[in-house]
Amino acid sequence: MFTAIFALLALAIVFGLLLGYAAIRFKVEGDPVVDKIDAILPQTQCGQCTYPGCRPYAEAIAKGEAEINQCPPGGEATIQALADLLGRDPLPLNEEHGEHKGKTVVQILEEQCIGCTLCIQACPVDAIVGAAKQMHTVIEDECTGCNLCIPPCPVDCIVIVPVEEDLQHWKWPYPAAAAGDKI
Amino acid sequence: MRHPLSKFFGGLHLDDHKSESMQQVPRVLPLAKQLIFPLNQHIGLPADPVVSIGDKVLKGQMIARPGGSISAAIHASSSGEVIAIEERPVSHPSGISATCIVIATDDEDTAIDASVLTDYENCEPAMLRDSIRDAGIVGLGGAGFPTFIKLKPTPGKVIETLILNGAECEPYITCDAMLMQTRAEDVLRGADILCQAMQARQCLVGIEDNKPAAIAALQAALQSHQFHHPIEIVSVPTIYPTGGERQLIKVLTGHEISAQRRPLDVGLVCQNVGTAVAVADAVLKGQPLIERLVTVTGSAIKNPGNWVVRLGTPIQHLLAQHAVEANNDIIIGGPMMGFTIDNTQAAIVKTTNCVLIQPPQITKPAIPCIRCAECASVCPAQLLPQQLYWHARAKDFDKIQDYNLFDCIECGCCAHVCPSHIPLVQYYRFAKTEIWDREQEKQKADRARERHEFNLYRQQRKQQEDEERRRKKKELLNRAQGKTVSETDSKKAAIEGALARAKARKDAMTSAPKNIDHLAPEQQRQIDEAEARRHKQKQDKV
Repeated sequence: MFTAIFALLALAIVFGLLLGYAAIRFKVEGDPVVDKIDAILPQTQCGQCTYPGCRPYAEAIAKGEAEINQCPPGGEATIQALADLLGRDPLPLNEEHGEHKGKTVVQILEEQCIGCTLCIQACPVDAIVGAAKQMHTVIEDECTGCNLCIPPCPVDCIVIVPVEEDLQHWKWPYPAAAAGDKI
Repeated sequence: MRHPLSKFFGGLHLDDHKSESMQQVPRVLPLAKQLIFPLNQHIGLPADPVVSIGDKVLKGQMIARPGGSISAAIHASSSGEVIAIEERPVSHPSGISATCIVIATDDEDTAIDASVLTDYENCEPAMLRDSIRDAGIVGLGGAGFPTFIKLKPTPGKVIETLILNGAECEPYITCDAMLMQTRAEDVLRGADILCQAMQARQCLVGIEDNKPAAIAALQAALQSHQFHHPIEIVSVPTIYPTGGERQLIKVLTGHEISAQRRPLDVGLVCQNVGTAVAVADAVLKGQPLIERLVTVTGSAIKNPGNWVVRLGTPIQHLLAQHAVEANNDIIIGGPMMGFTIDNTQAAIVKTTNCVLIQPPQITKPAIPCIRCAECASVCPAQLLPQQLYWHARAKDFDKIQDYNLFDCIECGCCAHVCPSHIPLVQYYRFAKTEIWDREQEKQKADRARERHEFNLYRQQRKQQEDEERRRKKKELLNRAQGKTVSETDSKKAAIEGALARAKARKDAMTSAPKNIDHLAPEQQRQIDEAEARRHKQKQDKV
């Protein structure tokens, strides 16, 4: 009987040590789910979800503080991807946060710009270049269309322009489904 | 020496409709008033214009240079003046416009001086590749991949065989057949040059057996001329899509090449016969790629045939020769893989092999899939088209890639046999472009994330630096203040000391007279008397 007790005790100690070591050796820094959620979000950093950027929103989703349908730029595709990742039911986009629109960028009307640098400070992705009392301009390739630069502009010289489709970015349309063709 | 012919999986026997446009030799299309050159006629980056509006250009002059490592040059196909570099409609399924160089022709057709290499067999491969690159040659079979890139030697890979693709499997199209028939020697000469350029040991020309005249012409040219590499002409069974690169390789060599590998991995490179002729023209005549054979055919026109067309010619100009009625469908390419266009102002480009004019087609409405698996039995890529369809329909883009969507060559066999008339290829094209788009979006999002994180890091760093600066400033200020405090203290002490001294002096002054100490009794009595008098006087006054 004592042999059995000792054997089990020895095993418990060995496995306990092993687990304890593994917990230290393979410790995961941060929450990997946040990274996964953040990878799905469109990174516009627009704050329409009420969080100050995509990562804070990802953290809020991971904690269960936010719903998955608060991201208008991501739209349905993002909600679907988040639902798949988190095993939740996809929800329709919450209209309170805005509606899913086509891709846009902003442009600065350069002749009106007074060079106040307020938009540069507002841009979350450093997509506006310029200096004090110098004309500013938007690097359109880097602009995420978050429109955060528009409210601070004192002379209203920033305009939203839709991204035009070109041959490189053209997509075949979804075939018009015929009546009665159900999955 | 050659592997016996194999058979690829699936495929279809289609009515080839080739005889209609094979009745006469290719006619030369009169020059159009305007030539339109889209900057993106090939796979890869668009070309960069090297001319500006108002420039006079000559036939064969380069008007746009390659815009990157995977790109091709574009040459003026006749002499004239550049009148615009602007958005023009292009022959593309989307119908959207793209940047084009527009040349108004001057009818003189003056050619630029050309340099030729007649003894190509003694040329360095690199020299031949350069001349092919400078001629702006791309794969003329339809994909438009820049040819010189395929000729570049890859370290560790030896090219054994050049496969010359003369299968031309799609119905109606006859431009390659006509080219082989009328320019047999140039086809073989081009193949010989290509072999030299990539140091291939031999060349196999694969031609479907529904083109006996082309096979005979090539055989005759092979007998009567001297070539520097062994060339063999192989007649292959007519099954659609034998003209697909992997299908033709399978038939000719028995190699089945998986999606992850390229023909180069088994020592093979595939080129189209039209490309071979363009190479022969470029090397032996110094003529860049400025014209091609285009089949104009279809059941809605009279007198179908092939035309020698200068690149850049508006499709409208070509159709004017056939008096095409407006209400017909105009398809670029064949009936299986082509696409309809609405705007005939678009130009003939390097990859335009056929303009097919068909009476307006009534597409039968799609009805539900009954899972008959007909599609799977004809798919030459051995995919499961019905599974791809379900997932494309449900927009499940992860699942659809598990079923190897990107192995699909969009040959259209599945849709052709589908009893439910489901536009299967449209679903696959939709899924492919959607997946590419999402990948691009993802890359863009990753870059935005990186930039945002850097932005946050920078702000944080700035805040820290500001705090640090403020702290230092405060410290400096404090030190300065510490000095003043001790100064004021000493001053205060001095003042207080002086005050105390003054007070003491005052006290000393206001204290009792000093001459009343140690008085004699007489003096004391006199003082007392005086005090008593003063007291009495005070009382009297009261």
